[in-house]
Parts: sequence; C-alpha cells; structure tokens
Amino acid sequence: MPDTVQPIRFGSNSGQPVSRRDGIAKVTGAATFSADNSPANLLHAVYLPATIARGRVTHFDTAAAQAHPGVTHVITPANRPDVQGDPEAKPTLFSFRVEILQDDSVRYAGQPIALVLGETLEAATEGARLLAPQYAAEPVATDLDDGAPFDIEPGGFGRPQGMVHGDIDAGHAAARQAIDVTYETPAQYHNAMETHAIVAEWDGDRLTLDVPSQALNMSCAAYAYFFGIPAENVTVRSPYLGGGFGSKAIPIGPNILAILAARMTGRPVKLMLTRQQMFGPTGHRPATRQRLRMGIDATGALTALDHESLSASSRFDDFFEPASNASQGLYAAGALRSVHKGVRLDIGTPGPMRAPGEASGAAALECAMDEMAHAAGMDPLEFRLRNYAETEPGTGKPFSSKALRDCYLQGAERFGWDGRPLDPGQMRDEAGLLVGWGMGTALFPCPMFAAEARATLRPDGTALVETSAADMGQGAWTSLAQIAADSLGLPLDKVAFNAGHSSLPDGGVAGGSGHTATAGTALHEAGCDVIRQLGEIAATDPASPLHGAGNARFVARDGHLFIEGDDSRSEPFTDILARAGGAALTGSGKGVRPPEVGQEFAMSSHGAVFAEVRIDPELCQMRVTRLVGAFAAGRIINPKLAESQLMGGMIWGTSFALHEKVTHDRTTGRIVNADLAGYHVPVNADVLGLEVITVHEDDLHVNVLGVKGVGEIGIVGTVGAIGNAIWHATGKRIRRFPIRIEDLLTA
Amino acid sequence: MSKIHVTTTVNGDEVEFLADPRETLLDCLRDKLGMTGSKEGCGTGDCGACSVTLDGTLVCSCLVLGVEADGKQVGTIEGVAEGGVLHPLQKKFIEHAALQCGFCTPGILVAAKALLEQNPNPTETEVRYWLAGNLCRCTGYDKIVRAVMDAAADLRGEAA
Repeated sequence: MPDTVQPIRFGSNSGQPVSRRDGIAKVTGAATFSADNSPANLLHAVYLPATIARGRVTHFDTAAAQAHPGVTHVITPANRPDVQGDPEAKPTLFSFRVEILQDDSVRYAGQPIALVLGETLEAATEGARLLAPQYAAEPVATDLDDGAPFDIEPGGFGRPQGMVHGDIDAGHAAARQAIDVTYETPAQYHNAMETHAIVAEWDGDRLTLDVPSQALNMSCAAYAYFFGIPAENVTVRSPYLGGGFGSKAIPIGPNILAILAARMTGRPVKLMLTRQQMFGPTGHRPATRQRLRMGIDATGALTALDHESLSASSRFDDFFEPASNASQGLYAAGALRSVHKGVRLDIGTPGPMRAPGEASGAAALECAMDEMAHAAGMDPLEFRLRNYAETEPGTGKPFSSKALRDCYLQGAERFGWDGRPLDPGQMRDEAGLLVGWGMGTALFPCPMFAAEARATLRPDGTALVETSAADMGQGAWTSLAQIAADSLGLPLDKVAFNAGHSSLPDGGVAGGSGHTATAGTALHEAGCDVIRQLGEIAATDPASPLHGAGNARFVARDGHLFIEGDDSRSEPFTDILARAGGAALTGSGKGVRPPEVGQEFAMSSHGAVFAEVRIDPELCQMRVTRLVGAFAAGRIINPKLAESQLMGGMIWGTSFALHEKVTHDRTTGRIVNADLAGYHVPVNADVLGLEVITVHEDDLHVNVLGVKGVGEIGIVGTVGAIGNAIWHATGKRIRRFPIRIEDLLTA
Repeated sequence: MSKIHVTTTVNGDEVEFLADPRETLLDCLRDKLGMTGSKEGCGTGDCGACSVTLDGTLVCSCLVLGVEADGKQVGTIEGVAEGGVLHPLQKKFIEHAALQCGFCTPGILVAAKALLEQNPNPTETEVRYWLAGNLCRCTGYDKIVRAVMDAAADLRGEAA
C-alpha cells in the first residue's frame, strides 16, 4: 500500500507554544504538593529555631513541653537518637553541613535547636513554644564590615575561581579615563511560595519521602547516607514543587530531623517550615560588596576590567557568591581580572539562588559600565558594542554561538532606545514625573549535569518516556515531552511522560538553567535508541517496505519510519512492531556534555534588557514602567513557557533592584524582617510594560538539541538596567541595592 | 483542648467537622476535609495562597479560625470548576501560561473570581491592585493580569 502520510519534520513538537501539561491539575487545586500528603497515623513535627546567632543552649523546659496535651516526643541534643552519617560531612556534590541537633551549639539565628512531635500541628507548635530555651550567647558578626576579608581558595562548588588575563596593572596604566566604584548587594532568601516540607515514612529499612526536590536521585543518596541505608532504599516523590530557585536541590537539616523522628516513632511524620523559618536553614544569596575598576582608551575600548567581589559565608561552611564571575566572559578588555574574597559571619550557610553570581555580579558590572560610558560621553549601548567580545575574553575561545548583538539591536528597537539623551534628568512625562532609561547586558552559562532517560514504544503506536525530572514550575514536563515526541517521531498527545519519582531513570538536577538541555538530551537519546532498534527490525524484515535499507539512516515522523531523504518508502511503527511479535521496544539515553566540547567552546546564553522608570521628583517613589528583554538562549523548545521563565527572571531583577533585602539586628544576629510583610517582593501592581523577545540562535555545539537554558538569565541584565534608569532619571547614582526611596531623598 | 463542632457549607455542600479552637480555617479545610487546593504560603495573610471566600467575601483562610466558618458559606478552589467544566478563568490561566509552579494559583483564581463577581469589567489597573495581595514568586504577574482580563471579556460574552 502506498504510504500517503504527510511527513511531519523534526521540530514539529519542539518550538511550539504548547500549554503546560500540568495546567489542569494546577488550576483545579488537584496538584498535590508534598505537604498535601497526610498518611494515616501521622505525627506532626515542629522544630524550634534559635533566637541567638552564636553561643550555646543552656536549658530547655522539656517537662513543660512534654506535659502539653497532644505532644508525643520532645527531641533535643540530649536525647536525639543517633544517625549513621556525619552532619559535618558532605555526602553529595551539592551538600552543605547540616544542623540536626548534633550538639548544643548555635551557629546562626533560625538554626533548629529542638524538635517536638505531636498528634496535631497545634500541639507540636505549642510544645515547641513551651521549651523556652535559655542561652549562653556570644557576640555576633552579621554584616560584611564585621568580618576580616580573606582570599577564597578555589575548590569547586561554593568556592569560586578568580582569573587574570593580560597585565592588569598595564591595563590600568594605559587608561585615558578610569572609574573606581564600589557596589553593594544584600542577602536575599529564596522564599519559594511553597515552604520546605516533608512527609517521611519508614517501612523496615525502606524510606519513602514526599518532599519537593530539584534533584531527586541525588537527594536520595544524601538521605541514605544519614541513615546508613542504600540509596535505592529511599524513594523520593516530588511530582510538583512550589518553586525551588536553588533552595530545593539540597537536603536541609529539618528534613533529616523529620526522617529521624519517623524512624524513632515508627509513624509517618510531616514537617513543614513556616514562612519565618524560610529565613533559617534554607540557604540564601549572600551579601556582596564589589569594587569595579575600569579604564578606557581614547576610542572607548576597555584597557582594564578589574572586578573584585567580597561575599559572606557562614563560619562553618563554604558558599561564596561568585559575583565577579560576571566579568569573566562578557566584555573584550585589554586586561581582565576577577577576584573573589570572603568573610565569615554568624549566618546560615548561603547557597545557590536563581542566577548565583551573575545576578549580583552583573548588577554591579552593568551599573559600572554605565558609569564608564557616561564618563566617556558615549551612549551605554554604543559603549557595550564598542567592547563586544567576538571570542571569549582572555582565552580567545570561540563561542558555541552568540547572538548578543541581535539582542542589543532587537531590544533597543522594540524599546525605542534611539534618541535617549546622554545626560540624566532630561526627560519628564506629562504628569511631571522624572523619566529615565537604562540598559544592561545579561549572560548566563549553559552547564549540563548528567541525566538518564528511558523511552518505550508500545505496540499501539503510543510511547511512554520516563526520567525523574523535576518540574518546579519551569514547565519541564511539557518541554521535555515535546523533545521526546520529536525524537520518537510522534505527536505530543501520543507520548505519556512519567517524571517526579526517584525510581525513574535519574533526571539529574533542575538547576543551573541546564535541566531542559540535560534531561532533554537524555530523552532525545532514548527516543533515538528506540528508533534505531525499530529501523533494525524493519530493515531485516522482508515484509517491510523498508527491508534491505541496512545502512540507510531512518527518520521517524508522525508514527512512521522513513528512509532519510526518501519519503516514498515508509511504514507505520505499529505495523513494524506487530510483525515483530507485538512487543514494546525500550531504549535508553544519557544527557552529558563531552568534556572536549567544553574545552573547545565558550558557552553562554546572552541578553539585553532595557528599562524605563518614572520617579516622583518630590517623593522619589520609583516605578518601573517598561521592561524589554531580548534573549538569545539557543533553541527555544516551548516559546510560551520560555517567555514565562524569562519574564519571571526579569521580575526577579526588579525585585533585586528595588525590593528584596534581609536586615540583621546587629546585636542579636536575628533577621528582623523574616516574613513576607517585612521581606519585600514585587506584586502584580509593581509590574508594568513587560516584554520578552527571544532572539533566534542556532547552536550546533552546546548539545545535540541546541538548547542553552532560560531559567535564570532574565534577572541578570535587569538589575543594572533599572539602576541605570534611576540614575538617568535623577542624576543620582545609588550604589547599594535595593535602591530605596530614602536613598534618592538623601543622595 | 476540647473541640468544637462546626457545621458549614463548602462549595455548596454542607459539611461538619470537629475543630480545635486554635485551628485555622485553612488547616480545617486541608486536614479535616481533605481539600488541599488552598495552600499555606505564609500563615500571616501576606501571600494570598490560602484565599477563599466566606459568605462571598475574599479572605485569607490562614487568618480565619475554623470555628468562624460555622453557619457560613465557604468557597474554595475546588469549587471553581463546576461539574468537571473549567471556569473561564481556569481556561485562560492555562492558555496564557499564567501559572508556573502552581502553588499560588488556587488562591489567585479564587481572588480573581471574587473580583469578577463584583466587578465584571475591571480595568487592568484594578486587576493589578486587586491581586496585589497574591504573591507569585515564579513570577507570572504580567500573564496573570492578561489571563484575568481575557477571562473577564469571555464572561461578558465579548471577544478579548
């Protein structure tokens, strides 16, 4: 029978603005997040956070807590059952040291110091309050000025590596004009809308956890370590995450305490952090102080770009914000230096938070670039184009792709950048408000972690693809299914996607903006493996129209197998499988980047953000009235969901520029604004005129899919763009984020 | 602590439960009635993830005691779709990608529905300010507003 099917090309699913597959579950309230699980015989756990930041707990009123009706257990360092793992060890790649009541010491405010179990949440909460801890407190240091800066010894995750290219002193000396400016960024907390939560249940030596996780299989290994069981004995179910932003990749201490409580009591235990506790043992973006020294020659070319960042970490573990990394790969400069320094404070250990390094670093870098452009009398965009890096600065490595010039031009055109006055304070709107325009460049690297996937083609022509991939809102379940459908040559509605469970092939880490690239590559390879097997069956089956096409390449489209370049010969998958006995075919794939590719090419996503602000000249109230971002991030699998990611990132940029900051009480070391009333984030009313352009970019090297990633880059250029727009409106250069009304009033 | 018998109506159905007098309406809905669509995002009325209606008024159910629901009408996310048919707001949220992680979404939909019931033709500014009490960290603010405006037009029988 002649085949009349109209072939659908690869990419028929990828590239389409498909609505998210978990949409109905999420708009009806049916999507179950971890704290929505309440198994029978459940115990509620509440931990008591320390109210000092350094010292020891000297006394608990354990009897009062224990006597409270409904309280079943009170656990303090004095009676905590043993764990098998060392809380000061780091069992997996991204682990941090944890506080699990190993002793009576307090190393930051908000640290868990006791755990109370109760038949109800109310009983456990009241029991924890009744513990009334007494302390021997010591003086604390919580601000950058309170510690002694030191050079960070590079050492992988959390200990960033600086770099020097060229002769930085000669670069400074050669400058015709120079600036030397210092910017500060505050500590910020992730504050996903879903607080950390866990439901832990043991069955013998097997452990089942309902816990949001950005890295399911890696977290199984970490939990297993603490309880002395094989990783395969731990099951993590994480079908939905209510946001992660970096905070849910790593097991936190309270989760381990909940598991311990479940083991101790033989009952399932639920522990959910309160919002206030989300400012405790959860990681955060640490404060930075960044000094930028730049020089230019008579043409406006950078002779030196010298970026030194100081970042806080805790006293007992290492995560220093890699802020000056932002200057390592962006602008061509005669000489380039990036330096990382640290201080140790009485704070919880920081961690990766959406665009770690680049967000803080580019906030300072992009404002400094604006200052340098103004000193040179150049338009900020012209100045950036003057210093455009055609190859990776310093190394000269080619970029795998770089459509930043298109981002600049398309963004500027959409925004209407032409005609912007060079000097500040020149524009007013009809209501008399000061108007300012600013811009910033965005970049973010394209890492790939390792992932695995499995694809099964069923005899009825449908497929099941599986990986433990986490959908924390970015739309992984949808875009990854689109990739898998293309690789299998099936329409999306014939592909079932199973994810969010650790028993599935390891979906890797949903972080570093690399999840679509990594898990997507694994799914693509799994699909290709199935199609290769199907081709082998067809080629050796005399009854197939594809018989004998031994060395030809097969192409799968719309449920049919074709010989590449010859659409006249094809056969439906279902016929091939039926004749072969009607069994399903299963293939597997891995997503990793060959190391040689990373050595050959520099790989980054890029973007350009343009901001307009309007400011009341008397009250100095600031509004971001327009925000246009143009981003080149390789192949966009799902434009609708990628746009959401980029917009979300840009709103985080607004938040960084104008809203978010924790403030410590310098006497007690406590965070004084540890709730959503005091820790400000934008609301609907703060977001106006938001536009995203995705700039076409083909990348043949970054991975087989050409996908770079869009999860974090949106924040990167936006912070500086807003800071620069505020300067352009007012002539006031505020070098400390967030920029507040009082800063403008007093500047 | 002795418990109090509460009789209330949730999404049109009469229900009864025994509440600890300290227990929030949010916890009663989630733990006593198994209606986990309403979420706790802050417990202090700042984020709106627990939004429900109480006799038609939009409230944060984390700030209402379960016993206060006695004799009242409670509306939750579970009642927004009727008879298995999505409400236009729900359809437009999916169509406009006005949700990401989805944790804030139930509260935003309940709040948006309450807005459109009292103001079927809101301006964009009215939507932005009405929903200013519903935080979305992911953040879908622009698309949320577009989805609500589009759903409002749909409910008025207009093409958006």
